[in-house]
Amino acid sequence: MSFISYSFVAFLAVLYVLYYLLPKKTQWLLLLVGSLVFYAHAGWYSFIFILVVAAVVYTAGIKIQDQYDARDEEISANQQLFSKDEQRQIKAQAKAKAKTFLAASLATVLGILAVIKYTSFVINNVNSIIGSNFVPYRFILPMGISFYTFQSVGYAADVYWEKTRAERNPLKLMLFVSFFPQLVQGPISRFGELSGTLLSEHKFEPKQAAFGFQRVLWGFFKKLVVADRLVILVRSLILDPAAYRGAYVVLLVFFYAIQLYSDFTGGIDIAIGAAEMFGVVVAENFARPFFSKNAAEYWRRWHITMGAWFKDYVFYPVSVSKAMQRISSKSRSTFGQKIGRRIPVYLTSIVVWAATGIWHGAAWNFVVWGLLNCLVIIVSQEMEPAYKKFHEKYPFSNTRAYDFLQIVRTFWIMGFIRVLDCYQNVPLTFRQVASVFTASNWSVLFNGSLLELGLSEADFVAVALGCIVMVSVSLLQEKGSVRELLAAKPTVLRYSVVWLALASIILLGAYGIGFDANQFIYNRF
Amino acid sequence: MKRILRIILPLFLFASSFWVLQCIVVPKYVSENVEGRLVAEYYDSAGGNEVMFLGDCEVYSNFSTVRLWVEYGITSYIRGSPQQLIWHSYYLLEDALRYETPKVVVFNVLAMKYGKPQNEAYNRLAIDGMRFSKSKIESAINSMTDEEELVTYIFPILRFHSRWSELCFEDLNIFGTQRLSHNGYVMRVDTKPAMNVPTPPPLADYSFEDKAWEYLDKMAELCISNGIEFVLVKSPSIHPAWYPEWDTQIKEYADKNGIMYVNTLEFQRETGIDYEKDTYDAGMHLNLSGAEKLSVWFGALLKEHFDLHDYRYSQEVAKVWHDKWAYYTWMKAVQEKILLDDGTLNRYY
Repeated sequence: MSFISYSFVAFLAVLYVLYYLLPKKTQWLLLLVGSLVFYAHAGWYSFIFILVVAAVVYTAGIKIQDQYDARDEEISANQQLFSKDEQRQIKAQAKAKAKTFLAASLATVLGILAVIKYTSFVINNVNSIIGSNFVPYRFILPMGISFYTFQSVGYAADVYWEKTRAERNPLKLMLFVSFFPQLVQGPISRFGELSGTLLSEHKFEPKQAAFGFQRVLWGFFKKLVVADRLVILVRSLILDPAAYRGAYVVLLVFFYAIQLYSDFTGGIDIAIGAAEMFGVVVAENFARPFFSKNAAEYWRRWHITMGAWFKDYVFYPVSVSKAMQRISSKSRSTFGQKIGRRIPVYLTSIVVWAATGIWHGAAWNFVVWGLLNCLVIIVSQEMEPAYKKFHEKYPFSNTRAYDFLQIVRTFWIMGFIRVLDCYQNVPLTFRQVASVFTASNWSVLFNGSLLELGLSEADFVAVALGCIVMVSVSLLQEKGSVRELLAAKPTVLRYSVVWLALASIILLGAYGIGFDANQFIYNRF
Repeated sequence: MKRILRIILPLFLFASSFWVLQCIVVPKYVSENVEGRLVAEYYDSAGGNEVMFLGDCEVYSNFSTVRLWVEYGITSYIRGSPQQLIWHSYYLLEDALRYETPKVVVFNVLAMKYGKPQNEAYNRLAIDGMRFSKSKIESAINSMTDEEELVTYIFPILRFHSRWSELCFEDLNIFGTQRLSHNGYVMRVDTKPAMNVPTPPPLADYSFEDKAWEYLDKMAELCISNGIEFVLVKSPSIHPAWYPEWDTQIKEYADKNGIMYVNTLEFQRETGIDYEKDTYDAGMHLNLSGAEKLSVWFGALLKEHFDLHDYRYSQEVAKVWHDKWAYYTWMKAVQEKILLDDGTLNRYY
């Protein structure tokens, strides 16, 4: 069930009414039933995977928790008898057993993801390396598997690290894994953060309802008015790379950036807004990423929960792993403190970014995309001292105008890296990007050629209006909550804004016959 | 009270403003696809019609309701629209029965050739004009092609929203436009002789599809349960083809169910239709002259077989039909003038 389908709107409305009509004790159960109904729309095949993943992490969580509970019981019961060393030993034993359960669960759920998502990729690469002719089995990717797998892995790891206690009610854990708003494209939530509001009872709050509804509307606006209109133009540019080179690649970089942003953030707004209507607080996933002044800041503002997930569950564990400790001490002794201490950090970064790339898709373009992001971040970190000197020497570099230049620079750098996602072919992407530097077709930006890419003048007007609204809202958000700002205004103004939003979505939205039904881009990850 | 008002008032304002928006963006069928107005026009003349015609362009172009009145005092209405499928006709009849119960229902059997939803555009012409009712919803459910959504028939703004960029002055006229039809009859006075009518290609299978039979049964049952005489007719259009194999199936059905079936193609001499003079598009549809000839003949048939009242002597009804007659003659004069001035009939009035 797509967020932008009529059936989703009806589903949300019915669930919402029932949620506040039924006894509060049953609210979480209703959300579970709703989530399962939502997921069942993807078919039984997908349903089986989510059940298996939830069952595995539930069992692992319980087993891990049992070890810790037994340990705590043993130590507290024998506080006087055990020496510190004995207590340490008991803790180590419990940790080792817990680690076995964690490893088994991670191997299972990540194994499922790996087999489903990466079998073809691996076999194709093996074929091209050794010249074999293995025929890869193409699995259908179950809806949202990358997201709920990561969420489940995070849960098991958090229980193992004792950041959270294991959930003993399997249905409640199932709800955490399958909570429908965030199931298809995130945000990737942590059990400790989400379960508080997800599993508690909620009474109807008009302000919360209004805020949730407004957020959902905002998501629909971005998705339907901007993203699904721009996708027509973006597709035209991608499908005929030979015809659309040079200046057209610049157009692609620009419009794909806007399309992806409005598509992904639109979906996340719908997810967060829908959850908010039920009183559930879901983590924010974006913080105006196109206002970033460098790549590292961009990644702190874009897909925040994924970045945080990789930081907490890949970067830190790899950094403190024994292998990395060995590399660290060896590199320090070989290259000295200054360079030696950077090598393990950069190696870990490369691992994390390669993993981030491959998580997005089983293809080399995603791996290269991840590594290029890593390269830009490392280079800018290395350049930090030079930047510092530059800022000290040239006062204009501390002005708002220079900030703006940095924002523009970051937008284009990230944009050019992002086109790897468009062409999905590494050599082709590099050829297309190279064509920008030898382009002689800049006149296409002004001579009406833009109108031959599938969008009419009216479509461009709608996109421009959408972008103006998005930029204005982002600027306001930098100062504080736009919804709080709106809530403080007179009723007539509040209702007028909501009316305008609704009318814009209905009238300007690119949906229905004549427009393709476009999935959210992040659904496919 | 104040609290309720605070909830009701914004809801009312929201609903009414979106209703106005919807009225603006839905097509008005003034400059193009004018037949899109036919279904909605019925509600202005609903009630008091003793004969109800159902079918596609072969009905609304070929039977002149006003001529039936003038000759026999028969009050009739044509619920027709372009490529109207049999289930469109069924649900239009069901809808009409909410307003009146005619004595005779005449259904043109050409629609039997379609057993599946065909085209969204024609669905729109047949359904959008219906007032909201269970019949309308069921008609939409049965007619929708894969790409269509039921909700767009309830809220057409969701279908036509993208017209915002092509709105013109006529779209702002949300309170209706001048009537196009004469109780469902669409007049054309121009002539294009039927010459070189193409030979119809043989078909692999001449059987009508199950769904077409199902709705023919339903229509017959609906008529019986409402005490209405059900008549099947094949309008005298010579193109598209009406195959003898199709005709045989309908004859057998009519005989088996005791229903009157008239294939007017077999009565060319009796009707007096001259396909060189009485058609405006080479035999597909009759022009005014052809429609009047057919109506004079068919009206006599109806009078002969059914107990239809002659309302010409009922002052109240006659007054209404006098106005219809006046509009009919006015349009005829206007079309003849357009034809004279422009050499072609490029508009109805």
